[in-house]
Amino acid sequence: MRKITFAEAINEAILTAMRESKDVITYGLGVPDPKGVFGTTLGLQDEFGEARVFDTPTSENAMTGVGIGAAINGLRPIMVHQRVDFFLLALDQLINNAAKWNFMFGGVCRVPITIRLIVGHGWGQGPTHSQNLQSLFSQIPGLKVVIPTSAYDAKGLLLESIFDDDPVIFLEHRWLYGLKSNVPKSSYRIPIGKANLVNEGSDLTIVALSYMTIEAIQAIKELEKIGVNCDLIDLRSTSPLDFELIRKSVKKTGKLIAVDSSSKSFSVASEIIADCAIESYNYLQKPPRRVALEDAPAPTSFGLTNSYYNGALEIYNEAIGLLGIKEENTGSKFIKEKPHDVPGEWFKGPF
Amino acid sequence: MNLSELQASMLRIRLVEESIANKYSEQKMRCPTHLSIGQEAIAVGVCSNLTNEDQVLSSHRAHAHYLAKGGCLNSMLAEIYGKVTGCSKGMGGSMHLIDKSVGFMGSTAIVGNTIPVAVGSALAMKIQEKKLISCVFFGDGATEEGVFYESINFAIIHNLPVLFICENNLYSVYSGLEVRQPKGRKIFEMVRAFGIESSHGDGNNVQQVSDYVELARDKILSGNGPQFLEFDTYRWREHCGPNYDNDIGYREEEEFLEWKKKDPLKDIFENKDLDLVKVLFNKFNAEIQQAHHFADNSEFPSDKDFQQIINS
Ligand SMILES: Cc1ncc(C[n+]2csc(CCOP(=O)(O)OP(=O)(O)O)c2C)c(N)n1
Ligand SMILES: [Mg+2]
Repeated sequence: MRKITFAEAINEAILTAMRESKDVITYGLGVPDPKGVFGTTLGLQDEFGEARVFDTPTSENAMTGVGIGAAINGLRPIMVHQRVDFFLLALDQLINNAAKWNFMFGGVCRVPITIRLIVGHGWGQGPTHSQNLQSLFSQIPGLKVVIPTSAYDAKGLLLESIFDDDPVIFLEHRWLYGLKSNVPKSSYRIPIGKANLVNEGSDLTIVALSYMTIEAIQAIKELEKIGVNCDLIDLRSTSPLDFELIRKSVKKTGKLIAVDSSSKSFSVASEIIADCAIESYNYLQKPPRRVALEDAPAPTSFGLTNSYYNGALEIYNEAIGLLGIKEENTGSKFIKEKPHDVPGEWFKGPF
Repeated sequence: MNLSELQASMLRIRLVEESIANKYSEQKMRCPTHLSIGQEAIAVGVCSNLTNEDQVLSSHRAHAHYLAKGGCLNSMLAEIYGKVTGCSKGMGGSMHLIDKSVGFMGSTAIVGNTIPVAVGSALAMKIQEKKLISCVFFGDGATEEGVFYESINFAIIHNLPVLFICENNLYSVYSGLEVRQPKGRKIFEMVRAFGIESSHGDGNNVQQVSDYVELARDKILSGNGPQFLEFDTYRWREHCGPNYDNDIGYREEEEFLEWKKKDPLKDIFENKDLDLVKVLFNKFNAEIQQAHHFADNSEFPSDKDFQQIINS
């Protein structure tokens, strides 16, 4: 099977959906521009025309409401924003309208809108260009929150989101865009709410999401070398959240580390640990742990982002700490060739 | 300020911005950076009419506004380098500048979101009975946000001492006005219908900008209410970053060249008094080189600095 990048998979999912259904439309600031939202919307306007694929004014709140109006009339809008942070202007439309519309009208009117939001990271993206707000969105009943890691999942989950009858927040981490995986050319869907067991092991359960899954994969490879075998669960969505799979795993391992890309308090990781305390108490052999950011906005400075962000090393250290393994100089296991604030040498900023 | 002072101020900003563009590839300024090259006249024309205590708020493209208001150059460059000596101690980067000592109250990265803050500054000035004005810079794109309308509306009702400056450079990132606003829309006419005094000028003509703002400030201070000025201008470089991008296909090279002919600095470059120009160049370049040196050699904020800020 061919390998394509996460960005290409997103592009392909939209193309596929728009071919499958005339109801699907795509819009957002920059959608038809030469860069095509980091390549994810390239070619769409050429194929489907200006009525179904269009640029917008810099008006996030109104454009969200417009999407809701279109959705209650049978369209399936896909709206995209270059950063999550820009979409915050639309929280009224999202939370008061999209999330509740069907409910507050007694279940007679659904809102099938998909809102793609890109999460920035590194290169000085700082306090207002790199927020990880999955728990904020997940706290709102009526919203689904999808947060894929692999290109394969991105395509299948985006197709599922587009054809879901309820509003979906679709969070795409910028550092995943260049990562490749096997992706079928055909149309396929992955159900929302089913996590992915990336690796099987009986010593420890690690739950991660989005880009943190990539870091966790590095960590479990090193853990394997010292004889620690992990279940690694990639959540794929945080609402609904696949507690079943986590409970099943914790029942087996008795130990849990929840990894999140957001600040730690009130995070998705916290929710997972809460569920574990309630539902898996009898199986726990050790107190669960959380790998998440400290409760602070993201700094811009290159001098701070290394210690601010977590990666494979921090996950590894939590794991051996939880297991009571003593080991020195663990940092040497994760020597990076590239500066810490870019996804690869190819990235030279600025956005 | 006479004409040559205005020009000198623009030249200084141009040279600062070009120095950033030239050094960006060294990869020491690691943050999204929106340059003001081509748009210097508005910043200078406006700020030359403000007192130190008058306030300015701005957007993602704020270097020119910050410098024109008198913001410290060393602190700005250090901020872009992510250093603890930066105006925001390395927390904010290029898009989050502040220098309260000169009334530059902050620039932010989210389109439109300092417009109401400037109105709030004006509200405080009114309640505190200060004879000052608050001034906010924003782009054509920001006029598409609901908060733009809401802020102006409130400022009118409360007769607040606020000056709205719209820098219309035709684009919001790579999206031209034609896909964002109705054909023939004049932003300044639209807002006049809201009930605010509003005019429109050549944003590449520093003297004209200055004259308009002098008048607007007088009107505000003599109780005529908030004022709105729209100025036409053009961003020369890419939306974000150091390069030219006329080749990628969202705008024509000819359009850029037309605007380049209207360079706000052309009087300087065409000035016959070459010695005078050379003296200015040398003076500014020396200052700028030193500022880069200062920024480059400053320390990054430490974890302790970070903790101090988040816990203070
Ligand atoms: C609310 C919001 N939407 C989108 C963005 C992304 N963005 C950054 S700058 C910019 C352009 C805004 O255009 P304009 O206000 O005309 O300013 P200019 O860049 O032309 O100076 C956009 C859309 C943002 N920062 N905030
Ligand atoms: Mg603009």
